Amino acid sequence: MAKTLVWVEHDNASLKDATLAVVTAASQLGEVHLLVAGSGCAAVADAAAKIAGVAKVHLADDAAYANALAENVAPLIAGLMADHDAFLAPATTTGKNIAPRVAALLDVAQVSEILSVEGPKTFTRPIYAGNAIATVESSDAKLVLTVRGTAFAKADATGGSAAIEAVSGAGDSGLSSFLGSEIAKSERPELTSAKVIVSGGRALKDADTFKQVIFPLADKLGAAVGASRAAVDAGYVPNDYQVGQTGKIVAPEVYVAVGISGAIQHLAGMKDSKTIIAINKDEDAPIFQVADVGLVGDLFSLVPELTGKL
Amino acid sequence: MKILVPVKRVIDYNVKPRVKADGTGVDLANVKMSMNPFDEIAIEEALRLKEKGVAAEVIAISVGPAKAQETLRTALAMGADRAILVQTDDEVEPLGVAKILAAVAGEENPGLVILGKQAIDDDSNQTGQMLAALLGRPQGTFANEVSVEGDSVIVKREVDGGLETVKLATPAIVTTDLRLNEPRYASLPNIMKAKSKPLATKTPADYGVDTTARLKTLKVAEPAVRSAGVKVADVDALVAKLKELGIA
Repeated sequence: MAKTLVWVEHDNASLKDATLAVVTAASQLGEVHLLVAGSGCAAVADAAAKIAGVAKVHLADDAAYANALAENVAPLIAGLMADHDAFLAPATTTGKNIAPRVAALLDVAQVSEILSVEGPKTFTRPIYAGNAIATVESSDAKLVLTVRGTAFAKADATGGSAAIEAVSGAGDSGLSSFLGSEIAKSERPELTSAKVIVSGGRALKDADTFKQVIFPLADKLGAAVGASRAAVDAGYVPNDYQVGQTGKIVAPEVYVAVGISGAIQHLAGMKDSKTIIAINKDEDAPIFQVADVGLVGDLFSLVPELTGKL
Repeated sequence: MKILVPVKRVIDYNVKPRVKADGTGVDLANVKMSMNPFDEIAIEEALRLKEKGVAAEVIAISVGPAKAQETLRTALAMGADRAILVQTDDEVEPLGVAKILAAVAGEENPGLVILGKQAIDDDSNQTGQMLAALLGRPQGTFANEVSVEGDSVIVKREVDGGLETVKLATPAIVTTDLRLNEPRYASLPNIMKAKSKPLATKTPADYGVDTTARLKTLKVAEPAVRSAGVKVADVDALVAKLKELGIA
């Protein structure tokens, strides 16, 4: 049976949800082993061991792995791949940063953002911003894959009792160092795991208006807040709000698009949402071609009215 | 120092790709082609570093068909000093491109290689990271801000939760995100001047790189289409719909 190695996404304290969908993808290929690489991250390994269907957790606890610098963790993973047949990482910015470096060290082609497992070496993946779906088969002895989280069900976070085994690698490569981060703290749910998302577009005018119109509605719905690329480029909200081909790919139960015209770029990031609701003053806006429920009109009066009536 | 900037000729970002009826790929016949938008940002960043006096020479390189010359001429018109076309009609995967770039970097010894984070055709997002691995050098992916300080480069990166900053020892590999800069347009005089800038033509074999594909595309299909739903008349009707969905 094939053995898979899954990158566990975490912040050294808790395990990120993105990992669970990757476990599901990996379980379709073979036995699931997880890698927790970090610093002071034993609690993460404990949580990882409880995920249903996991056979083993490798724990690499070293200051050099604290910030998942690709220069340090890729050689560790490449070393562990001597005993594994496939490496899978979530298609997050961390996974996208690390996986190709691992693939090149192993001299294998990576298959990016898989949507489904069709066979032991066959996968579907989106190309051209999701305007086409390719089915590809790898001829390499080992597989390196990134997994689109919204395309796989999440594995159960509890029910497992895998053994935890300490592993070590070369540690610090001396090539790079982590200087700091500006990570937004928010009371709202995370975009990629939220059940409801309210997104705003360019039509929101400016940062203050965006806040005044979108945030109260999101709070009423217990929703995460997203934005179109145009709104991010215009500086209404930070880059981590961006939903789209080059931002985050989301698939919530309900996606509310406010003042978003529906550029291909944006649709690529949200068209797999279960229900799409669009509010836009232009009745011919492309967003209405994918929306289940549309409301045509001035968002500056409609959205506060909606917020008030919920 | 020198800066090497790989550029790719792709379907123009304004064109909606059409899947071929026989399911073998996307129809590229008679479709407008342009430089990959992330690569334009990479060229722009290299030019800005040259204008600041950090870089001495900007070299554009493309792995692709003869027509990729047009893409290189665009890079030259923007301000790159010279270009290299590694000509092949085969579709070269990111790993093959990275191997060619590694060989070119071995000859040119650039202090920085700046690449687009992904090409908008295959959306792989791999080449920069693979090149960094092959060269054993650090990588600053999804760059939002780049500054060279002595023999280091500081890269502010766009990550899922916000931004993070890393310090890399040069030579280093940087991949661009959207908000790094706004690329310039080439002026008409510069377009004319670009025609006489040097463009060397090579082949993958010149660099001893085997570009045989590792992945076989079995099928390319249209994604499932969503159909338009209903338009409601007012907010009350929308509230009723939200209640039906169980979220209000």
